[in-house]
Amino acid sequence: MSTPRLVQVRQNVLKHNDVLARVLRERLNKAGVFAVSLVSSPGAGKTAFLEQTLKQLRSTCRVAALVGDLATDNDAARLARAEVPVKQITTGTVCHLEAEMVARALEGWNLSELDCLFIENVGNLVCPSSYDLGEALRLVLMSVTEGEDKPLKYPTIFNTADVAIITKIDLAAAVEFDVQAAQQSIQSVHPEMPIFELSAKTGQGMQEWLDFLHAQVQR
Amino acid sequence: MHELSIAMSMIEMATQEAARQGAARVTALHLKLGQLSGVVKEALLFSWEVACVDTPLAGSRLVIEDAPVVVYCSRCQRERPLDSIQKFFCPVCHAPAPEIRQGKELEVIALEVQ
Repeated sequence: MSTPRLVQVRQNVLKHNDVLARVLRERLNKAGVFAVSLVSSPGAGKTAFLEQTLKQLRSTCRVAALVGDLATDNDAARLARAEVPVKQITTGTVCHLEAEMVARALEGWNLSELDCLFIENVGNLVCPSSYDLGEALRLVLMSVTEGEDKPLKYPTIFNTADVAIITKIDLAAAVEFDVQAAQQSIQSVHPEMPIFELSAKTGQGMQEWLDFLHAQVQR
Repeated sequence: MHELSIAMSMIEMATQEAARQGAARVTALHLKLGQLSGVVKEALLFSWEVACVDTPLAGSRLVIEDAPVVVYCSRCQRERPLDSIQKFFCPVCHAPAPEIRQGKELEVIALEVQ
């Protein structure tokens, strides 16, 4: 048998996804669609947050949502109550969304009829961080019941996100959640990242988030 | 765990490259893995052996070169390697340093083929 020889390669493993994401981003930009993705652990309140956001935005902005889930379409059914276009992406065994899944889910949609598209990722704080979905803004959500040090435990996802949202703030006192310590954890893994504290249930803090979003969309 | 599908992508890439080189098998794959790639090294190594079965990479070694996170410190006006990915502050002057210059790599660098 011949002796082994070394072949230089230098190729990005996720090149396929990154190329598709770039194409998707250009397509969304051209159509004037501002895409926002959401990542969090399961149960942080992505769907409740998104439902409220969609309901409040729909009078001023043409919105739609894609929802990733492993098996059920429960979240899509729930979001459909916001009376905006919603489509489920069932990933099967895949623990994250990829650009290809997003592009496929958008087939048949007229992007020129949209201003803002939300993409809810599968509940997971690890795998989604590797995949660019062509979004303009990535939100990472953490709920007050998860502990202030969540960002230190999952620094990569907090670092790849653009905005942090602390959810279920109405429960903060009951679970003795230290907002300042959580903010410090977030700023430690991603200095200068904007942070919002809100409750989708009571509406507390929702307006600040919506004002921020409006400013981003209009930029 | 997305490391198994990452491993499979790498094997596909290496198989194609080996065919281009006229090689029958790949004995090692060298990967540069950034600390902020979102890929867990141990999980990838664990997946590797399983994913290589019945491919030209069966029995191959996965050699991982860790790439630390390097940030740009605007106060020092220099690139600095981070001590910890839990602290995005300049290790010298302690100013916040959100600008990442290196550490997101997930890149196949080289193959050893036969």
